[in-house]
Amino acid sequence: MSYCRQEGKDRIIFVTKEDHETPSNAELIPEDPDDPYEEQGLILPSGDINWNCPCLGGMASGPCGSQFKEAFSCFHYSKEEVKGSECIDNFRNMQECMQRYPELYPQEEEKESSSQAESNSGSVSATPTEGSALPPETDSTAGTSTSESTVSSDSTSPTDNQIAS
Amino acid sequence: AYYSSVKDGFHILAVCNFTTILPEPSPPSEPSPAEVIEPPPAELAEAPPIELIEPPPVPSHTPYLLIGGGTASFAAARSIRARDPGAKVLIVTDEPDLPYMRPPLSKELWFSDDPTVTETLRFKQWNGKERSIYFQPASFYIPPEELESAENGGVAVLTGRKVVHMDVRGNKVKLDNDTEISYDKCLIATGGMPRNLQVIERAGEEVMEKTTLFRKIEDFKSLDKVSRNINSITIIGGGFLGSELACALGRRSNESGLEVIQMYPEKGNMGKVLPEYLSNWTTEKVKSEGVKVISEALVKSVTCKDDKLEIQLKDGRLVKTDHIVAAVGLEPNVDLAKSAGLEVDSDFGGFRVNAELQARSNIWVAGDAACFYDIRLGRRRVEHHDHAVVSGRLAGENMTGANKPYWHQSMFWSDLGPDVGYEAIGIVDSSLPTVGVFAKATAKDTPKAATEKSGTGIRSESETEDTATSPVASSTPAPAMVQHKDDYGKGVIFYLRDKVVVGIILWNVFNRMPIARKIIKDGEEHADLNEVAKLFNIHED
Repeated sequence: MSYCRQEGKDRIIFVTKEDHETPSNAELIPEDPDDPYEEQGLILPSGDINWNCPCLGGMASGPCGSQFKEAFSCFHYSKEEVKGSECIDNFRNMQECMQRYPELYPQEEEKESSSQAESNSGSVSATPTEGSALPPETDSTAGTSTSESTVSSDSTSPTDNQIAS
Repeated sequence: AYYSSVKDGFHILAVCNFTTILPEPSPPSEPSPAEVIEPPPAELAEAPPIELIEPPPVPSHTPYLLIGGGTASFAAARSIRARDPGAKVLIVTDEPDLPYMRPPLSKELWFSDDPTVTETLRFKQWNGKERSIYFQPASFYIPPEELESAENGGVAVLTGRKVVHMDVRGNKVKLDNDTEISYDKCLIATGGMPRNLQVIERAGEEVMEKTTLFRKIEDFKSLDKVSRNINSITIIGGGFLGSELACALGRRSNESGLEVIQMYPEKGNMGKVLPEYLSNWTTEKVKSEGVKVISEALVKSVTCKDDKLEIQLKDGRLVKTDHIVAAVGLEPNVDLAKSAGLEVDSDFGGFRVNAELQARSNIWVAGDAACFYDIRLGRRRVEHHDHAVVSGRLAGENMTGANKPYWHQSMFWSDLGPDVGYEAIGIVDSSLPTVGVFAKATAKDTPKAATEKSGTGIRSESETEDTATSPVASSTPAPAMVQHKDDYGKGVIFYLRDKVVVGIILWNVFNRMPIARKIIKDGEEHADLNEVAKLFNIHED
């Protein structure tokens, strides 16, 4: 049973697990995924990439930001049967740039990053490619842990393959 | 092999797979030996004139000028660069340091067992992962003199320079060395300076020398040093900063025997934020961290006698100590208001800006110095880290043409030891009526447990990246939760204004900020807040 007390203007309620088992009847206003005020996820309602998504960390804004944007734009809009197959040069440019800043873009072992692909694919696939129905925080969470664990461009911790901290 | 992972969808992981599988770029070919003309041997001459070391040249114009080198500025720089390809951004800061995050200065850095922490400014989180307080290392930035010619633009930081005058009509500023820089868009993110007690300011040199006003890296370094060499330290102030420093120093006192005193005018710690019952509970926790708490303390005078400080309280109590840390608030820096002709808010302080954070054409303000119009909660000024990130990012968006109002509500957090942690959002003023809904906590409900569960070292990273971490686990096991019906182990507290929830504290429940944000955003009247509390699943992890 819940227990309630009033201390002046402050009300205090203690609830047991059972007290909170019945579903809430509190009403929330339905979300509008196209609300221009809202923080956007990785993909905007228009289908464009939101380069300012917190989930990207500093990838789009660092010294290799232009190369990163070109590579990913190419991939994102690619209509090839094997998506992104025409973007090799863009990705190569990006890689070359990143190799010039090893402090910002630690070069990781191939083996570690592909095993990471396994462990991260769950959270990664949560990143929507269509207009987001998920609240922005979920995108950020998924994206952030992914991006920082693979290319820790903003983290100054070296060669770190763990999920972001 | 890499194509199949690429096919999985648009995700950043593909980058890494690509970058590791693509062939290494071929090494540059050996340059063909060129005709090398030896320079003529230096002629013997008189002693060369003494070379004056000129400061590096500063661009005379920058498209984006950010005044202040803190969190809001950095967030804006990143936002501008993300949205305006090839943008050239110049940050001007009077500090010697590149942009860094402030929360670890009163939290994680104190828990580090690395003896070089005051130099490295890196901290190991409880899960072993390390990071620096600097948002980016120096290699991220380009030198100011290279900004104008940078093909893809970049972010340059001019350190140790103060903007002393702003000519809004001419779209230019003047630095303390008389250099002028013109701009297209300008952000003012000047933050603020710690306030001091008048009684200390009037007390003279000897007292001032034994007083720390805490805000910057240099303050952290000097306080760390001082605290190792004295017997007694007193923190004046019972808010976030004062309480965090008191707890950090209190934990040290276990090893060093340092006496840690915290005094403040309120009845309990966080007395202006937490409802009384919770403030009292928190105060007990602070005491258990080894802090001697003197509440309802008003300082009448401070004198220096025989190299010790004597703090005389208005009620007659006398406290003797070796050093004082004054954590009594922040004075927003509005020095540029006069020359720039910008409005200063008389209620909250800071530059008055609209909902889009704009002060005047081409001038935006973000962070601690911005008194802005929050379309849901009304005009306010917020001094928290996440607000600096959110407002900095928004200002950057609007400087690149977005015209969005402040809408995504920022949050803040505080941890006072391993088993008291909370996250908060909106207006959490203890003078408002509150409704708190609590469950009994188990050993699983602590900041440490929250980070273990979510798999992220930074509890607040689900909100924004580049935020500080949760505290390192205490070396002693967490004390067992008192199984008492009035034990406020975990729960959610609603702050009401005209029957609408304007603020929420998540008390030892974590990773629920999105639902809290939603409730504030809706701004609805809810008949039964217990029903709203159900949405938080406070009994679960």
